[in-house]
Amino acid sequence: MSLRRRKKDLTFWEKIYIPEIVKGLALTLKTMFKPKYTVEYPEVKFIPPASYRGRPVLVMEENGKERCVACGLCSRVCPPLAIFVQAAETPDEKERYPVKFEINMIRCIFCGFCEDVCPEEAIVMSKDYELAFSSREEAIYGKDKLLTPIKQVQDRINFLRQYK
Amino acid sequence: MPKIVLDGKEIEFSQGQTIIEAAKAAGIIIPHFCWHPKLSVSGNCRVCLVEIEKSPKLAIACSTIASDGMIVSSMSDKAVAARNAVMEFLLINHPLDCPICDEAGECKLQDYAYTHSTGESRFTEEKVHKDKRVPIGPRVMFDAERCISCSRCIRFCDEIAKDPELTFVQRGDRVTIVTYPGSELDNPYSMNVVDICPVGALTNRDFRFKARVWELSSTESICIGCARGCNTEIWVRNNEVLRLTPRLNEEVNSYWMCDHGRIDTFKFVNDDSRVDGPFLRHKDKLIRAGWDEALSKAVSTLKQYTKEEIAFIASPYVTCEDNYLFARFAKSVIGSKNIDFMRHIDPTFGDDILRREDKTPNSKGAELVGAIPAKGGLSFDGIMTGIKSGRIKALYIIEDDIVSAKPELEDILSKLDLLIVHSTNFNKTTELADYVFPSSTYTAKNGVFVNFQGRAQRIRPAASTIEQDRALDGMNLSRLDKFGTPFDSWANSKQRDARATWRIIQALMQIYGIKPKYSIAEDIFIDIAKNIEAFKGLNYEILGDLGVKLKTAKPELV
Ligand code: SF4
Ligand code: SF4
Ligand code: SF4
Ligand code: SF4
Repeated sequence: MSLRRRKKDLTFWEKIYIPEIVKGLALTLKTMFKPKYTVEYPEVKFIPPASYRGRPVLVMEENGKERCVACGLCSRVCPPLAIFVQAAETPDEKERYPVKFEINMIRCIFCGFCEDVCPEEAIVMSKDYELAFSSREEAIYGKDKLLTPIKQVQDRINFLRQYK
Repeated sequence: MPKIVLDGKEIEFSQGQTIIEAAKAAGIIIPHFCWHPKLSVSGNCRVCLVEIEKSPKLAIACSTIASDGMIVSSMSDKAVAARNAVMEFLLINHPLDCPICDEAGECKLQDYAYTHSTGESRFTEEKVHKDKRVPIGPRVMFDAERCISCSRCIRFCDEIAKDPELTFVQRGDRVTIVTYPGSELDNPYSMNVVDICPVGALTNRDFRFKARVWELSSTESICIGCARGCNTEIWVRNNEVLRLTPRLNEEVNSYWMCDHGRIDTFKFVNDDSRVDGPFLRHKDKLIRAGWDEALSKAVSTLKQYTKEEIAFIASPYVTCEDNYLFARFAKSVIGSKNIDFMRHIDPTFGDDILRREDKTPNSKGAELVGAIPAKGGLSFDGIMTGIKSGRIKALYIIEDDIVSAKPELEDILSKLDLLIVHSTNFNKTTELADYVFPSSTYTAKNGVFVNFQGRAQRIRPAASTIEQDRALDGMNLSRLDKFGTPFDSWANSKQRDARATWRIIQALMQIYGIKPKYSIAEDIFIDIAKNIEAFKGLNYEILGDLGVKLKTAKPELV
């Protein structure tokens, strides 16, 4: 039984190997003069595009109130059970609102299902990727950390309206 | 027996049954909104349209009487198309506000929209708007937009609660439900309309927005509001009891329960006044103590009294198991004849629907298992007179706040030298006590209640104490229970350091030198079944979900 031959055997020039090295070095040299893609994080911050899925946040309307009606769908769909919502009654037209809304950022896997399922466009994925905690309690984000003015997440909302 | 053919399956029926009833008896559910097995037929929702061979038009299964040889189809193209059309019609003006609707998750309209609807609406016009959030009664909220005008609520008030309060007004797409002028939906059974309303038009104001139903676990139990012992489900999230709903038992409560039972019988379980761990009196104050310390001190103080000086008050609120062991402790271990329990009779509470004058769940059971005076022993009133005269010096009460029930007892009980109390919550009786043992509530233990009919029915643990583990103890789990860890705020609720009364009694008996015999409540029940005629041959499995009527219901004097 003969050995399986390679698809393409090396040519003579490849075999002597020096021209290949030169080619490689030429590529390196060329790239050195091209614009840089890396940034000097954390001095320089990476600003992700609208399609990026950073930590989920709650949309805060201009009037300072959350859009969320505490329906609990995000909490139900969330694969790692990161979200806990406690509803309560409000005199506003929407009848219910979340008195308590917690996302456990240790549990969250940034899947975006919450954003996908929300009937109110009330929870969206932000551009925030800077997450560090020193304790379990600190990793549970309450409404104070989640509520984000709608202006800051407008481009994500536009993105969702276009592509969702 | 006459037969009809339903969707190619031959089913038997008894003369006079409608198609929907015949199908239900054979285990087939024909989709329906307005029909309810316990209410009159109104036939207005039209979802149960079926095709009957040789009949020119579709017929509604809820009011068409089955006749021998009928060939019925609920799956034929025509029937399915009709059902889709009815669903589309019902959804035309439905607000689709499931996200803020408490019914979501247990809503018939929602379910049928998945199973019997095309999922598309051709209706693009503005929907009809009606009143939302109308407090139609003290315990029920009404949302007119969600109502599909099935009239179940109206028929319930007329036929079951026997208190006509609701009616339709207006016509066509403006039709809505109102109460008669000057009245409210406030009959003692009003909250049953919440269960039977097929949509979220009528919702429970007490449970309003507390939780989504899919976050809760539900456990079969019995209402402790009166001697009827309505079969219930206890709904729990994060170890907190959030609502009770009735559970079908034709022998006891059918589909219903009263409002008192539904909202007044579980709040104490979640309350901050719960006794958490044993307490001892130390210089006029109750101080938290360890179990061993409290138990051994209680026994050594008890030993200072002769058996004639000690009396025992059992409880019609606790299970047969608890009362049985308590009576055994009193009669055989201490050797006292003075044991009885307080009757809680409220003549204004009873009616001829469900509610009974006896506002406790287990007075019959307490009598049967021997929590009554032995020959020559003192009855409840006798014990009280005995305390007054100084003949009785020590009293042991389990789970009954007799001082709140009868305020004049306060003076009498303060004459005692020793008062030991088992209680779920701090109350007027525990205020006078020297020892308070924390007992777990009926939502956290196994046991048996005997209702006024002499029917033995089981309760099961739905919420846990510090010593119970939901999973290991085989309690029903919600999704949150299954996946929660102690680090999740929604899974690390407060669990109290409490024990079923029989466990506490058994621990006391052990100090008296009696080897503990029982490891679970059923062990005691098996003992009861061995020793007490009325329970002969029973065990938890035989009692099952619906209970068993006892043969004899006369207490024997032991
Ligand atoms: S992004 Fe995914 S994991 Fe994170 S909270 Fe939303 S649903 Fe849960
Ligand atoms: S799905 Fe949207 S509206 Fe519902 S609870 Fe989550 S964030 Fe609030
Ligand atoms: S309120 Fe509910 S039960 Fe009453 S008619 Fe409307 S849908 Fe039917
Ligand atoms: S009738 Fe009695 S047992 Fe039934 S729900 Fe009412 S209080 Fe409870």
